[in-house]
Amino acid sequence: MLKINNLIVSINDKTILNNINFTFEKGKTYAIMGPNGSGKSTLAYSLMGHPAYQLSDTSTIELEGTNITEMEPHERAQEGMFLSFQSPLALSGVKVYQLLQLALSGKKDPLQIRNEAKAYAKELGISEDLLNRPLNEGASGGERKKMEVLQAAVLGKSLLIFDEVDTGVDVDALKSISKFLTKYKKDKTYIVITHYNRILHYLKPDQVLIMVEGKIVKVGGPELAKKIEDEGYETLT
Amino acid sequence: MKAQQDKQKKELQFDYKYGFSMPEKSVYKAKKGLREDVVRMISKIKKEPAWMLEFRLKAYKIFLEKKMPKFGPSLEKIDFDDIYYYLKPTEGQVNSWEDLPAEIKETYDRIGVPEAEKKFLAGVSAQFESEVVYESVTKELTKDGVIFCDMDTALRDHEDLVKEYFGTLIPAHDNKFAALNTATWSGGSFVYVPKGVKVKLPLQAYFRINSERFGQFERTLIIAEEGSEVHYVEGCTAPIYTSQSLHSAVVEIFVKKNAHVRYTTVQNWSTNIYNLVTKRAHCGENGFMEWIDCNIGSRITMKYPSVYLHGEGARGEVLSIAFAGKGQIQDAGAKMMHFAPNTSSRIVSKSISKEGGRTSYRGLVQVSPGAKNSSVYVSCDALILDEESRSDTYPTMKIKEDDVEIQHEATVEKLGDEKLFYLMSRGLSKPDAESALVLGFMEPVTKEIPLEYSIELNRLIRLEMEGSVG
Repeated sequence: MLKINNLIVSINDKTILNNINFTFEKGKTYAIMGPNGSGKSTLAYSLMGHPAYQLSDTSTIELEGTNITEMEPHERAQEGMFLSFQSPLALSGVKVYQLLQLALSGKKDPLQIRNEAKAYAKELGISEDLLNRPLNEGASGGERKKMEVLQAAVLGKSLLIFDEVDTGVDVDALKSISKFLTKYKKDKTYIVITHYNRILHYLKPDQVLIMVEGKIVKVGGPELAKKIEDEGYETLT
Repeated sequence: MKAQQDKQKKELQFDYKYGFSMPEKSVYKAKKGLREDVVRMISKIKKEPAWMLEFRLKAYKIFLEKKMPKFGPSLEKIDFDDIYYYLKPTEGQVNSWEDLPAEIKETYDRIGVPEAEKKFLAGVSAQFESEVVYESVTKELTKDGVIFCDMDTALRDHEDLVKEYFGTLIPAHDNKFAALNTATWSGGSFVYVPKGVKVKLPLQAYFRINSERFGQFERTLIIAEEGSEVHYVEGCTAPIYTSQSLHSAVVEIFVKKNAHVRYTTVQNWSTNIYNLVTKRAHCGENGFMEWIDCNIGSRITMKYPSVYLHGEGARGEVLSIAFAGKGQIQDAGAKMMHFAPNTSSRIVSKSISKEGGRTSYRGLVQVSPGAKNSSVYVSCDALILDEESRSDTYPTMKIKEDDVEIQHEATVEKLGDEKLFYLMSRGLSKPDAESALVLGFMEPVTKEIPLEYSIELNRLIRLEMEGSVG
């Protein structure tokens, strides 16, 4: 599904990710954990193609057999990738409907997009008012995360990366987001970046990856997340 | 659907990006340059009353004496001797689409004029070269006593009304270009709305320039009597030529007690045109004047719609968008003059500059002594798309009264990389993402203009953005 080879990433000449090699398999759920500054978000951004991050010449990223290393973010999206942002921005004057319509132009009928968005919003507990406002304007942290999940559902991508979708979210919102993601999991691949085990109770990762200082230092099953929660990262290093 | 979109896009690109021109078939063309005999000739051809000729001649003298504006962009490249001051395209007026000359129809078809109108509009008056050649006013308007015609017709059929108001709000000595317009005016619209009449659908006029080095000097006069309401819309598109062209209009609006006038402009002159326009409204007791002004095209635009709030409780608004691309300067703004108590004004200006384009907000708000309990709101936001582009703000406030509430906000932002990345991660190409952000930025103003115009405007911006990214 997603094959990362020799991924070395730097920003302003400072190396953040140091030789990451991993293959994410189709249909599985992965959790990525690690202390602050270990490079989790950088990994998410570089996979999506953020222009500020420089990849070394030897780095390659393959999605379903296609080399996407040189692709623009929107081309990666078209290949099936989605990134749920850690801090989703507010966009003045741009409604979520408009955004989805532009993203799906020629692929889905605008009316269908609207109906789907409304139905998903209801499931997630997003108010009509929020849907009709410019995206995330005056929205709380929890509402913003829900909007990310809603977009993921309407866009219908196959590889979804959630960067701290559980941060700044209250217990009820976490529950509805987790339930939603579980319900629509089907054969999608999830990569869940998180600091906490609580979301993993719902999403039940197949594998847990631990990142420290820009490297994957340990890979294990769900019990690894539990262990981290109890003992912290120090025992690993 | 995709194919249709592509087709539309192609057509639009053809129209707006490269321009087009139809063969000229003018019945009369004055010699280049402005002299007294040209002014006399214009008046004679139009069979005008003597007072109008006097008016023109006086204005011509003022034009010669007046200096060029001391502020704003340089206008020194305008060669007044290299401009035609009068052109008459066809003899007489036609009242239906079928009667229009074929090439004029073709031009309009290309910009998609008539289709939109049939559905939305009460009256149509399209200006081709210097005279209105196509005009249809519904029976409804006539029945209510509303007059909607071109200025030449108004002078012929409603001479007393014209004489009472013409040039009283913007006299010839107001500025050099107002003088030029007064001396050489031709065409433009005349609107008279009787007491208590509310015109439900917008009145609409399209303007085009289709002749090289041809200056267009239309003159518009709107009179809204007590308690009446009217919305006037003008949209302009123009073919692109290699040499300089001048468009210098004058618009005078009288908003009487409790009346409401909204004047919407979508200006997309080709980028060789100097667009120097004087627009002013006089607002009586509890009257309400709104200017909605969208400037996308032209080489240089200088335009500061103003409202003179003379009556107690009068309200004035200017909502404007300025878009300056490569080689363009949009020097736009607003002027609000508070002369009476309880008056309020609101200015919302949104400007966008890219590829070395320059936008300036130039505004004046004046509150006279005695204009108590008045309120002023000014908000100007600039969006700069790249390093070469520029935006300036010149707000002036002259407040001579203490009992006034004033709010002033100004922001300058750059199109953020993070926002672009966010949109692109959702699958939007860079031009799509940029235009979505630009359109979002303009949204507070575009939501106020009629639907078909905002759709056209959105398409234009989308095309502009596509052009800016390689």
